[in-house]
Amino acid sequence: MADLRSEFIGIKSPNPFWLASAPPTDKEYNVRRAFDAGWGGVVWKTLGLDPHVVNVNGPRYGAIYGADRRLLGLNNIELITDRPLQTNLDEIKLVKRDYPDRAMIVSLMVPCEEEPWKFILPQVEETGADGVELNFGCPHGMSERGMGAAVGQVPEYIEMVTRWVKSHTRMPVIVKLTPNITDVRKPAAAAMAGGADAVSLINTINSITSVDLDLFAPEPTIDGKGAHGGYCGPAVKPIALNMVAEIARDAELQGLPISGIGGVTNWRDAAEFMALGAGNVQVCTAVMTYGFKIVEEMISGLSEYMDGKGMTSVDEIVGRAVPNVTDWNQLNLNYVAKAVINQDLCISCGRCFAACEDTSHQAIAMSEDRTFSVVDDECVACNLCVNVCPVEDCITMEAMAPGLTDPRTGKVVQPDYANWTTHPNNPSASAAE
Amino acid sequence: MGPDVFQEGIVAGRLEPDNYEAHFSDLHPRLDPHEALVAADRCYFCHDAPCITACPTDIDIPLFIRQIATGTPDAAAKTILTQNIMGGMCARVCPTETLCEEACVREAAEGKPVLIGQLQRYATDHLQEQGVHPFTRAAATGKTVAVVGAGPAGLSCAHRLAMLGHDVVVMDAAAKPGGLNEYGIATYKTTGGFAQDEVVWLLKIGGITMQYGVALGDGVTLEKLRAEYDAVFLGMGLGGVNALGADGEDKAGVLDAVDFIAELRQAGDVASVPIGRDVVVIGGGMTAVDAAVQAKLLGALNVTLVYRRGRDRMNASVFEQDLAASKGVRIVTHAVPVAVHGNGTVREIEFEYVDDAMKGTGQILRLPADQVFKAIGQTLKGEGLPALEGRKIKVSETGQTSVKGIWAGGDCASGGDDLTVTAVAEGRDAAMDIHAALSV
Repeated sequence: MADLRSEFIGIKSPNPFWLASAPPTDKEYNVRRAFDAGWGGVVWKTLGLDPHVVNVNGPRYGAIYGADRRLLGLNNIELITDRPLQTNLDEIKLVKRDYPDRAMIVSLMVPCEEEPWKFILPQVEETGADGVELNFGCPHGMSERGMGAAVGQVPEYIEMVTRWVKSHTRMPVIVKLTPNITDVRKPAAAAMAGGADAVSLINTINSITSVDLDLFAPEPTIDGKGAHGGYCGPAVKPIALNMVAEIARDAELQGLPISGIGGVTNWRDAAEFMALGAGNVQVCTAVMTYGFKIVEEMISGLSEYMDGKGMTSVDEIVGRAVPNVTDWNQLNLNYVAKAVINQDLCISCGRCFAACEDTSHQAIAMSEDRTFSVVDDECVACNLCVNVCPVEDCITMEAMAPGLTDPRTGKVVQPDYANWTTHPNNPSASAAE
Repeated sequence: MGPDVFQEGIVAGRLEPDNYEAHFSDLHPRLDPHEALVAADRCYFCHDAPCITACPTDIDIPLFIRQIATGTPDAAAKTILTQNIMGGMCARVCPTETLCEEACVREAAEGKPVLIGQLQRYATDHLQEQGVHPFTRAAATGKTVAVVGAGPAGLSCAHRLAMLGHDVVVMDAAAKPGGLNEYGIATYKTTGGFAQDEVVWLLKIGGITMQYGVALGDGVTLEKLRAEYDAVFLGMGLGGVNALGADGEDKAGVLDAVDFIAELRQAGDVASVPIGRDVVVIGGGMTAVDAAVQAKLLGALNVTLVYRRGRDRMNASVFEQDLAASKGVRIVTHAVPVAVHGNGTVREIEFEYVDDAMKGTGQILRLPADQVFKAIGQTLKGEGLPALEGRKIKVSETGQTSVKGIWAGGDCASGGDDLTVTAVAEGRDAAMDIHAALSV
């Protein structure tokens, strides 16, 4: 059993799995159960000023399903906590007192003025919480009032508010970023400039999950109308991974700790975020789908992975894949691979054929007895057949050894690395010296 | 000319040599990785899952299936084995159709439960085949516990005690460990010497000494064990077999089903085991089905399983009954044996049909038989045992008998079904209670 203890911006927790600021962390009852289940920390659901907000009294969530009604994406129009500030503060204090080894972060969202921050921060500090997270990401409801994503979409505001917060508290400050922007590095840089101790990302993505074709209204539908909500869950993981990596590999943002959020469902998702530079991860949709107990699988899985790799600290995972994230123009154009179909595993469904024949390179042949094989003369190794194949590892991409001739191009595979910047077809190629 | 299927009498080699391997191969071959992922994907990770409640050992089934789904079968195995150290055997022999899989919500939804038993085997095989034993012993306590019986109850108890730091001496009357796992389960349910492999793996915990050919009343007495050890656990199962109570049951060819099952399991080559042309099995439990099915698989021409009550009262599950029927076993219900006919050797067996109240109807059924297997239950053997409840040793929830310092579990003890998984649970729980008693 590997040691999963984690330290993120000086905040210790028994594992790197925190619950994100969201409905699961809205109150004492939930958070106690989460800690009892094994979660390393929580970011308490966003506090605001009194009078507290109100939520709709109809559906708050919409969903996207995969096969077998597996929930892949969730959209919500819930707002920040709809309970009085003091109620939350009292509960936070009680829970932190009873679970001193767990991380307790408090998410905050107050108007974009200095006074409200000056007002709320000392009260949070008084609870004994370990840090605060600034919610600059909520994309619905609060943003219309000049908070949440409305701040997160303007780097100048992020920097300004972060600076206020840092000047009014000794607690570590995490700035939660919205993905509803074009370049996530800009808000991250603003947070860093404002003195943030870390950023967390991503918050939810503007979305409409579906449309009721009888009511002609978006879902979730409240009395015949619907509003865009925030999208989360496994479906958003690729977007989140990229944004985390963009920050992690940016030279200007070096050293800015990241708390990874976005579709983390199992140990592997967590490890992937961490490999791309996240110091820890935050989870929401997965517990809203399966309950707090899933953390047991995350703990056993990450532990088994680390033991297998001979790792003794979760920090050994953090950032390990960052050096391998590059730009397209740095990819080795001399690398040549071909698809290979394992006939023992193939169930002859023909999905690879349909995909390749109809939409790609006509590089898969089908015999009369439904044997599917790769036509090396045509295969560009695009990977689409691998992606559509229902059987794990049935189709693989095998690299061609240097010295062999690619039957598609008739060219010998070169052993050396060469990318687009020096390619003869690139009009602006600079000759390699 | 191949073998003569019509040949009368009890003879070996009724089948073409090639057929034996097919007939006695794994009933449920292990899932391959793709099958396991597809099967695991169907689990809903239910809250307070009904499958866990249905499992006598309370294995956290949704968790281990999730661990398989996320590519960590060894973690899954550890989840299983933490609750049930014989999770590998139970995955093979549990009547999952009346336990976890019957309770599965997908059984309710689609009539197709998650393949819990087969997923369990996938995980435990994955770990055990690497020779990995995932548990270690606590610091030595200096206490030594005697365990009588190296079956599921005894070994489960011994393993848990060893893990808690006690030394354990396990004694068994047989020449090999495993109890019914080794001697009492159909060959096609545990192939490839798995029962012995599992024991070897289990003993890797250390601190367990095995003694074979030792039984209560034959080499050791309960008084002696009580005097020499800090605690005693009795898990010797049921050594006796009930009699038919029919005239002529002493005729040659009338045999105990448990002996037949054991003979098959111990035969190096199943083809060498002789079988009758017309076989009658009497009983309605798993042992009866195991005997009847295997008689058929050995090439008996006619196999009839005769049970005194209706099918709904049979201890064998519907799955087991259907398995028997699919192999060609004829199931006759509401009939009790009244006489075994034959001149020294059984030639025919006579039954009377009875109603639901077991009252004779006067109607007679006579079946030709050159071999009759009795599978009408087993009985506790032994003198000077703790107090009984019915025909078994009376135990508390945690396995305490009427005698201080003596615990019991498994088939020899009251409470619970006579299942491998129940025996494992009882052995484990008794070990925890022994540990608590020794820790005072």
